[in-house]
Amino acid sequence: MSSCYDINVSSSNKNLNVGKKLKALIVDDDRVVRMVHKGLLKKFGVETHEAKNGQEAVLAHRAGACFDLILMDLDMPVMNGRQATQELRDMDVVSLIVGVTSTGEAEKESFVNAGLDYYYQKPLTVDVVRLLVEKFKDDA
Amino acid sequence: MEIVGKLQKQFIDFINALYHEGFLDDQFLQLQKLQDESSPDFVFEVVTLFFEDSEKIINNLAATLQQQAVDFKQVDSHVHQFKGSSSSVGAQRVTNACIAFRNFCEQKNLEGCVQCLQHVKHEYFLVKNKLETLLRLEQQILAAGGTIPVLS
Repeated sequence: MSSCYDINVSSSNKNLNVGKKLKALIVDDDRVVRMVHKGLLKKFGVETHEAKNGQEAVLAHRAGACFDLILMDLDMPVMNGRQATQELRDMDVVSLIVGVTSTGEAEKESFVNAGLDYYYQKPLTVDVVRLLVEKFKDDA
Repeated sequence: MEIVGKLQKQFIDFINALYHEGFLDDQFLQLQKLQDESSPDFVFEVVTLFFEDSEKIINNLAATLQQQAVDFKQVDSHVHQFKGSSSSVGAQRVTNACIAFRNFCEQKNLEGCVQCLQHVKHEYFLVKNKLETLLRLEQQILAAGGTIPVLS
């Protein structure tokens, strides 16, 4: 996996893998959800990687992985999405982190405050993914 | 080609009925649109995975609810997972049954939870049966040399 720390990025949602395919990390403990999100991202030509919980996402970044977009679930075993987002931001990860949950509004605020750029209810739709992918085009 | 046309019509009528009866929602139609030459079996793969995991969740729920001291947090966590996966495939009636189930978890209402498990199970096996029929129709269309119609 490539390291993104040597790339000079001034905005939080620049394409960190300049000139390459967009890279996304899908963080969710449910493999049905991961497969659906993978299918949605593939439709827009996005390269996808998967993590089964927040800790796997954090460890991948510690090992030098870098993604343009991270789809983060909230309720996961080992490490939830809120903790993972907080840790990633503490590590200065500037990827676009999008919270994707089926949890009610009650937990939204603390999840967003952990460092999310956007928050959507599950399941993601083609329109939402198109919107997210277009954000990188706008900034290119 | 007459057979293909017939099967395609049967497929469209069947999926429309599933949609109108609330078994499936827009999300399932979205999954169908993701199926293309690069992933011709996408819907089949997602649905198969959904069947495998749903049955595990149902078994886990039944086991958790049979404990002497029921861990309602654990029950809620299984239901939450089921809600997420069912909504991801567009199995709307299962998702709705999960929403009702979570309310009883919150109230720690064992009797309500047991009834909800029966309801979720019922809805799941209904939609499973319908999806299996739909997938069989898909296979028949492909075997007859046709393409799967995509509903708008």
